[in-house]
Amino acid sequence: MGYVLEVRNITKRFGGLVAVNDVSMGVQAGEVVGLLGDNGAGKSTLIKVISGVYKADAGKILFMDKEVQIDSPMDALAMGIETIYQDLALAENLNTPANIFLGREKMKKALGFLNVLDHAYMQKESSKILEKLDILIPSLRNRIRALSGGQRQAVAISRSIYWDAKFLIMDEPTAALGVAEQKKVISTINLLKSHGIGIIVISHQMHDIFQVADRMIIMRRGEKVAELVTKNTNADEVVSLIVGAETVTK
Amino acid sequence: MGDKALAMKGGREKASVFSVLARNWSFFFLVLTVVIFSFTGKNFFALNNFQSIIHLATTALLLACAETFVIITGGVDLSVGFVLGLSAVASASTMQLLYAAHWSAPASVLVGIVVGIAASLACGLVAGVMIARFKVPPFIATLGTMGIAIGVSYHICGGFPIGYLPPGLTDIGNMYVLYVHPASGAWSFFARPASIAANQIKELVRIAPISFILIFVFLLLLWHLLKNTRFGQHTYAIGGSMDASVRAGINTRRHLILIYVLSTFLAGLAGIVDLFQSGTGNFTTFGAQLELFAIAAVIIGGASLMGGKGRILASAVGVLLLKVLENGLNLSGVQPFYRYIAVGLILIVAVVIDQLFPDLF
Repeated sequence: MGYVLEVRNITKRFGGLVAVNDVSMGVQAGEVVGLLGDNGAGKSTLIKVISGVYKADAGKILFMDKEVQIDSPMDALAMGIETIYQDLALAENLNTPANIFLGREKMKKALGFLNVLDHAYMQKESSKILEKLDILIPSLRNRIRALSGGQRQAVAISRSIYWDAKFLIMDEPTAALGVAEQKKVISTINLLKSHGIGIIVISHQMHDIFQVADRMIIMRRGEKVAELVTKNTNADEVVSLIVGAETVTK
Repeated sequence: MGDKALAMKGGREKASVFSVLARNWSFFFLVLTVVIFSFTGKNFFALNNFQSIIHLATTALLLACAETFVIITGGVDLSVGFVLGLSAVASASTMQLLYAAHWSAPASVLVGIVVGIAASLACGLVAGVMIARFKVPPFIATLGTMGIAIGVSYHICGGFPIGYLPPGLTDIGNMYVLYVHPASGAWSFFARPASIAANQIKELVRIAPISFILIFVFLLLLWHLLKNTRFGQHTYAIGGSMDASVRAGINTRRHLILIYVLSTFLAGLAGIVDLFQSGTGNFTTFGAQLELFAIAAVIIGGASLMGGKGRILASAVGVLLLKVLENGLNLSGVQPFYRYIAVGLILIVAVVIDQLFPDLF
């Protein structure tokens, strides 16, 4: 089957520590894969390999069925692999359009020769993308600092989507959010899914993962220990896989 | 949805009367001080006095503009005051040497300006590279270049102002745009009317010192740079979140280096202005605290040392407020040291306002 993004036999070592050991996985278009594991299981290292922060020691990455070389976060972004980190990486002193267009600002000619920021265009485009994602932000002119956690998450997601993400990695998207906002993020993820975007979600919130993920990949001590279809599993099984069966039997 | 949007808009409008007042409190405070000093100060409310306040604020305005950019990125530039002096003595000594070697006055002045500016840019480049490349805290890096600037300028001038410069510097630096002689109705641009003798100069009404044009042009340019360009947007972004800027693909290293080079460029320009206004190459004395007053003005204008906010025109208002205080207290017969107390109090008020209403600016 055609994966949007596939990794094969990825290994990443830090000195003597094997953070990710021979892990293979794939995500189809319009599919959400939950990546689970305890702290130090290698989830973050794996997604950092995909998003270009780390370089794998072995293994390869295939994007749209072609083997690709991802040497830096910029490479990943250029291909359409966007990562939303837990801290969101927003400039809190700027407003929503400024953040969505940060680093890729739209310019226009003023008086025929001056290159100036096209605030009107960026604002219009921002409200379009927010509308498309069914997100309401009271005023686009408000600084990010004035927005709630869920709205910030929404801005971060909008930024990725606006720049044509084909693949989205979300690190703990619902952590630190209120209940209503968690629901909103979940429904946004479902919406993105329906737009045909492949998504990896890392989360500790078992409940959320069960709501959005089609499949789950469970990692422990750097290895992939299970790949489950959400429909055919339950929370108990997942938890015992995360903490390790031997711990459970003890 | 329509109703909701409307309600939100209403809320914003209502809040905005208060927030416009609070955002621009320094401007209203400036107006208030002008009104008060107009009653208390002898000859305060006079065209000449207002013109001379702004004329003498030229260098401070340039330094505050420099500091505004740096402070928005979350840094601070302690070197600007002494880079001003370095630029002034470096260019003055070059002019003196070349003019003594029988170069023409314009040529020696031009080369002198280039040398002064180049010396300033070097300071900013060193500080910028240390900050951006080697992650030295801006406070330390610019403290270092400040020391170098002091040392080099004393080495050049030996602790004395540099004189014997090409003639005509002050004629240019203190020129007015328009001269009017009310008694005879004669007027002219940039020089006194030919019909007016030198001993009648007191009868002339002089309007708009040449420094107004310089300041107007630079405030406009820097305002545009900060407000309407990618460079300005990235300056705010770096101050808001270094991480976000890096991940958005902004070349933050290059940007920070440019910021410190721009800062010392403006400081160097201020040194040249000082040279043209005073006619001698003055080093910056240790007690001048030019950089501290520049920082104070920027903070009074609503910037935060944490970075991410600040406005050029607000910083300019901050400078004018400090200068009006200095001038007004002096003309009101208040002893000079009270000025420092006043500046200190206003600075504290500015920071308290910033802390109480962090979302206003």
